[in-house]
Amino acid sequence: MSIALRLPRRALRHPSFVLGGVLTALLIGVAALSLVWTPWSSYEIDVPNRLKPASALHWLGTDPLGRDVLSLLLTGAQNSILVGVIAVGIGLGAGVALGALASALRGWVEELVMRLADFTFAFPAILSAIMLTAIFGPGIVNSIIAIGIFNIPVFARVTRASANAVWAREFILAARAAGKGRFRITIEHVLPNISASIMVQATIQFATAILAEAALSYLGLGTQPPQPSWGRMLNEAQTLMFNAPQLAIFPGAAIALSVLGLNLLGDGLRDLLDPRLARKR
Amino acid sequence: MALLEVRDLVVTVATAEGPADAVRGVSFTLERGQTLGLVGESGCGKSLTALALMGLLPEGAKAGGQILFDGRELVTMDEPARCRIRGDRMAMVFQEPMTSLNPLHRIGRQLAEPLRLHRRLSAGSALEQAIKLLDRVGIPDPARRADAYPHQLSGGQRQRVMMAMALACGPDLLIADEPTTALDVTIQGQILDLIAELVAESGMALILISHDLGVIAENVERMAVMYGGLVVESGSTASIFRTLAHPYSQGLFAARPGLASRRGQRLATIPGNVPDLTELPRGCPFQSRCRLAIDACAAAPPPPVAVAADHVARCIRLDEALRRP
Repeated sequence: MSIALRLPRRALRHPSFVLGGVLTALLIGVAALSLVWTPWSSYEIDVPNRLKPASALHWLGTDPLGRDVLSLLLTGAQNSILVGVIAVGIGLGAGVALGALASALRGWVEELVMRLADFTFAFPAILSAIMLTAIFGPGIVNSIIAIGIFNIPVFARVTRASANAVWAREFILAARAAGKGRFRITIEHVLPNISASIMVQATIQFATAILAEAALSYLGLGTQPPQPSWGRMLNEAQTLMFNAPQLAIFPGAAIALSVLGLNLLGDGLRDLLDPRLARKR
Repeated sequence: MALLEVRDLVVTVATAEGPADAVRGVSFTLERGQTLGLVGESGCGKSLTALALMGLLPEGAKAGGQILFDGRELVTMDEPARCRIRGDRMAMVFQEPMTSLNPLHRIGRQLAEPLRLHRRLSAGSALEQAIKLLDRVGIPDPARRADAYPHQLSGGQRQRVMMAMALACGPDLLIADEPTTALDVTIQGQILDLIAELVAESGMALILISHDLGVIAENVERMAVMYGGLVVESGSTASIFRTLAHPYSQGLFAARPGLASRRGQRLATIPGNVPDLTELPRGCPFQSRCRLAIDACAAAPPPPVAVAADHVARCIRLDEALRRP
């Protein structure tokens, strides 16, 4: 049986892949649903009904401004996905290009790219993001850019490491013997052969980006009101921890489940796409 | 003018103990249609010689000396110009057909690539050519096989595909680096016959690299025996097999398994190990393992001495060597 036929079947028997897939699908589904429907408006303030516990009307209760918590959670998923997709996109695009370049040219180019990556790694990403938003002003766009920039070295490293392994393989030598240049080989031979590890990394970075966005929003540097965001919901719940713990529990759980789901999915993908690795474990 | 003229080719590789010369002054010429065999054990510099000719030396290795290909100096040529020659005028077949094809691309597409690159053919006509090439190298049902992935082919078939790829643009020079080592014996014969056929029919020159004296004896007109980065004996294949002059060549010949050997009989060996590249002695590289070595062997690299017309060996004790026990 061909690999293409075997893969889905193996995937369905892989518990962490299935659980991660379900959680991730839930995240995407919830965000998509919130585009067309939420039980209440996420922006409408209803002060008389503030801080209501869960009820038939408000399934997860209301916040200090009387907004429906479930609606805020649903809409907040949009935000997380938006940040994840764009920030990972920035990191992936620039990081893979730099990593592939380093691997193709070697020598001082590789040295420069990798030392730059080390340099960016030396700062805790969240501190640097705070610094960037402090300089350029808080807001969703700046925090996406900040998170994206710190994804670049991650992808650059993974790309270079796996690309170097591919460059050492015989079919690259054969391709060079056929007269192909380094850039053509990178695009035709190297990138397709490392796409699996990049995909796995992207899934994991997606989780990190969601977490980073929540942290920035929690600090008031990310998503600005009235746009709902899980991080800001946590921030607003902080002072009411003992009066209305549900305000902190639900967004916290949403963040945790999304990150867990994406990480499990990433682990599962790695096992499935690299059978040698899976067998070793 | 000769198709290929190699003069004093030196390949320096970076090792943990600093740079070392892995190829130490190899010279030969090759005319169109001629076949040359390079023979020697692992680490003697035969593969590095081939990679230097192709301009595909691994990182850290550098070529020196002169390589004139059709009158053009290759050693100093820039990479884009070499890319235009590689795969077009000179091509190479490697030892490992199992790993020499990209597992993610279909055979036909990989085969069509040099044609698209060097001949600027459209995808359609390149694929058409690729199918013809597959047919030429003896792949059955080539139109259907072009759609296969490398893992669906056997080792012999893959080596045929590699041959087709090397031949795609009708090169003037084919370098085959141990093309049959990874294949089983019956397939070996078929591949070598195919190479011989293709060389005869296209008039290209062939450099065949092997550690197998039998392969060399049957497939090339001229040969060079390498040891420690040096060509220790070279000349016409017939003359060398008639008079094995260099003690190393004699040892190599004695070490091959013969049909006459009895069960349980040990193969003859050459005592000692191949000297480390960084510790190559001054003078003859074979001196530490040679039964005829004298002090003078360590003094200076031995000069080539004529054994017969078109047959030289680098040994200062040639007379003693020829008087074999």
